[in-house]
Amino acid sequence: MLLSLSIWVPIVGALAVMTTGRDKNSNLTRWIALIAAVAGFLVTIPLYTGFNPSSAALQFVENVPWIERYKIGYYLGVDGISMWFVLLNSFTTILVVIAGWVVIEKQPAQYFAAFLIMSGLINGAFAAADAMLFYVFFEAMLIPMYLIIGIWGGPNRLYAAIKFFLYTLLGSLLMLVALIYLYKATGGSFTIADFHKVPLAKTPQILLFVAFFLAFAVKVPMWPVHTWLPDAHVEAPTGGSVILAAITLKLGAYGFLRFILPIVPDASILLAPFVVTISLIAIVYIGFVALIQTDMKKLVAYSSISHMGFVTLGFFLFVGGQGSALGIEGGLMQMISHGFVSAAMFLCIGVMYDRVHSRNIADYGGVANVMPKFAALMMLFGMANAGLPGTSGFIGEFTVTLAAVKQGMFWTAACAGLALILGAAYTLWMYKRVIFGDIGNDHVAEMKDLSPREFWMLMLVAACVLGMGLYPAPFTEVMHKSVDALLLHVSHSKL
Amino acid sequence: MKDILLVLPEIVLLCLAGLILIADLFVRPGQKWFTYACGIGALLWTALYVFVPFTPVGVVATQSAFSGLFVADGIATVLKIAMLLAAAIALAYSWTYLKKHGLDNGEYVALTLFGTLGMMVIASAASMLTAYLGLELLSLSMYALVALKRDDRIATEAAMKYFVLGALASGLLLFGMSIIYGATGSISLDGIAKAIAAPNKMAIALGLIFIAAGVAFKLGVVPFHMWVPDVYTGAPTAVTLFLGTAPKIAAFALAYRLFGNALVPAHADASLILAVIATLSVVLGNLIAVAQTNIKRMLAYSAIANMGFLLLGFVAGGKDGYAAALFYALAYAITGLVSFGILVLLSGRGIEFDNIEDLKGLNSRSPWFAFLMLLAMFSLAGIPPTVGFWAKLSVIEAIVNAGYTWIAVIAVMASLIGAFYYLRVVRAMYFSEPTDADVALPGAAATTLVSLNALAILALGAFPSAIMALCARALQN
Repeated sequence: MLLSLSIWVPIVGALAVMTTGRDKNSNLTRWIALIAAVAGFLVTIPLYTGFNPSSAALQFVENVPWIERYKIGYYLGVDGISMWFVLLNSFTTILVVIAGWVVIEKQPAQYFAAFLIMSGLINGAFAAADAMLFYVFFEAMLIPMYLIIGIWGGPNRLYAAIKFFLYTLLGSLLMLVALIYLYKATGGSFTIADFHKVPLAKTPQILLFVAFFLAFAVKVPMWPVHTWLPDAHVEAPTGGSVILAAITLKLGAYGFLRFILPIVPDASILLAPFVVTISLIAIVYIGFVALIQTDMKKLVAYSSISHMGFVTLGFFLFVGGQGSALGIEGGLMQMISHGFVSAAMFLCIGVMYDRVHSRNIADYGGVANVMPKFAALMMLFGMANAGLPGTSGFIGEFTVTLAAVKQGMFWTAACAGLALILGAAYTLWMYKRVIFGDIGNDHVAEMKDLSPREFWMLMLVAACVLGMGLYPAPFTEVMHKSVDALLLHVSHSKL
Repeated sequence: MKDILLVLPEIVLLCLAGLILIADLFVRPGQKWFTYACGIGALLWTALYVFVPFTPVGVVATQSAFSGLFVADGIATVLKIAMLLAAAIALAYSWTYLKKHGLDNGEYVALTLFGTLGMMVIASAASMLTAYLGLELLSLSMYALVALKRDDRIATEAAMKYFVLGALASGLLLFGMSIIYGATGSISLDGIAKAIAAPNKMAIALGLIFIAAGVAFKLGVVPFHMWVPDVYTGAPTAVTLFLGTAPKIAAFALAYRLFGNALVPAHADASLILAVIATLSVVLGNLIAVAQTNIKRMLAYSAIANMGFLLLGFVAGGKDGYAAALFYALAYAITGLVSFGILVLLSGRGIEFDNIEDLKGLNSRSPWFAFLMLLAMFSLAGIPPTVGFWAKLSVIEAIVNAGYTWIAVIAVMASLIGAFYYLRVVRAMYFSEPTDADVALPGAAATTLVSLNALAILALGAFPSAIMALCARALQN
């Protein structure tokens, strides 16, 4: 019931928002949207408080037959891997609504409704225990996101929207064929748990790996299929960038743990060096690419790709050894942390963009002089993005690097460590050019410091970033059992 | 007597169509809405005759009549109801459009009814001759409908092309049928299926080729698709609406009766031919559609691609394959009614909606209609949660099950190309600023009807179980 509520409360809220009409009643629209977002978050809280961390099984299970013809069920459940993402997503939706509060003047009802629908669909994808149900949610979220980028995006939004859509669809269509193949292999079941159990020969495993890998690697995104992300991020409105970076990228990484590792373990072990290599390329090469960006949103977009490289790196360190559980948990921590940090970074850029209407670093300078409160908060987020100890950004990256060392992969760890330096370099250099120094131009001089709405919005994220950095136990303790069970499963060959 | 009862729906429709044709002579030019209302009434009344087991035609019981010329079975019932409803809805959407263009004469209604009668005959065909008879009745009505705007050069050209190529295709089909008859000595579909096991394999294969060509033409799939874009574009949009929906179900019926009933033992040969045809049309249809700026032409190429996808169900064969193809035909008809229906309705009062450009900024002028069109586009593209997704899934599942995984991969990749041009329509509606031209929205009744129709795409996408079960049950025997 709880999971259903977390899916349908935002969607029903979206319908209510849409009935408020077009550009009239903008205030009513916003308040209904906020109420729906908060209600959507509140119903997910019992998922954490009622979660039993000593079990690896799916919890809060709902299973209703949906399509008898293919034995597809409306089958929901979360375990230690997926539970936090439902909460993270619902929380981020509140931020998105607040961030778009007065900023969105064009068709606000459709704007908020699109995000609320997104929120419900993403929760559905994280909670789905039936592969076809997952696929439906996974695909359906393309529709609102396409509209968000295309309607409220920047000047080049048409190109970005269609690129985003087609890239993602390319991956997921191959996954669809893979799912149907598995449906056949299991003798007629779309339940993910049945996929985990089915024995598969080597060649099918590799082909399935490729199909799933394309679907999720595009979503993560991994080098070299990342090129849609900078376009989509730059053109999307602030809220769109936040949801993309904080949540939908995580869906790709989540797919690795839910589908690839347990369904095709032998292919995963065989191809792990390949994934580790391209993860490292993402971490280091994309880190350098981020360094030279002149557009702030693009910079954060590339930094997202680099950070997500840590996640996939952590996941594929698993071949035996004591570092394997550490790697996966590190990757998961990095996912949650990046959800907070990237959301915060995009919100900060949004705050500046709303005032100056430019994303170019060169158009700023000396913002600290006119916006001291903002400068302080952005400092915190910048540090978190660079992985400073005490912030959430540190936990994940440190754990993954540690796992690599424990696995005896020294050079991998060294490369990853290099990325920590790069992260500090591009983030802090951008921060210096934008925030410090003399006031750059008249536009900057006219900037006003944070409004109470923006202040509390950023404070909310700041609390999460610091809280997770100082006391990560609530996040990690629910993961242990599920991650251990996953690794145990992966260690048994399916051949 | 029993035979008469079985064909009662057809008799009823024939009588009503004749009556309407005569009655229309006494209706004044300004009062033609009466003829239209009668036409819609006649279609719905006939649907009732099919639906209510007046004669004991349950969805499952199979009965044949007139010494095996005619059969009433589950699939015929389902198909007939779908055809009648689709025709009735198309007629209802067309009214304002036809009135505006001065095409609101009684012939339109009569031709629609006769065409629908032809479709019903195809659906119930139990012998090659019945199938051919129904097909000709349908085709001749369609030729006349396309040429309805007789002073228009493009429409006349389209009708001419349609007629010449259609006649050729009918000839091919008939030729194939005669070869099969020569090889098996039987004209009834069951008889052919029994006799085909006999050794004269070469002749069967030859006949099969000609039949496949004829059916491919009627479906409008590559390489017999040349007429589709011209006819769709040249015909008045209201005729395109009718042409693009109910006759597609009839084309499925024809293909099913021939390949699914008569030529089942030759499935291995048939699936080889059909696999090539279907794959080519899925790929080419989607590719060429990308280059179109005229929305009717784009939807024509989309129809080619979709009919190719439908044929994939025949490639798979077996109950699952045909059930998937049936589901695909129904889903396509529902979606086609919405996409063409909205074009017809919007063209009914204000400017003509011919190009994708004309849809620009529809969202800021009428968010509701933009949303309905969006549903249709995503359904055609096969994105969940629309019915189009489940239809594609069923076909892909059937084809993977039959061992053609590579064709499935090609088909889904072609769908990716397809998504591109459907998204262009969405882009025009949502992302572009509106053009200056006024959009006159249709009246409340038409809006309600098209809303229900479009929401059915979403409802069947959320709960496809019932319609899937119906399709599976229709093929039980």
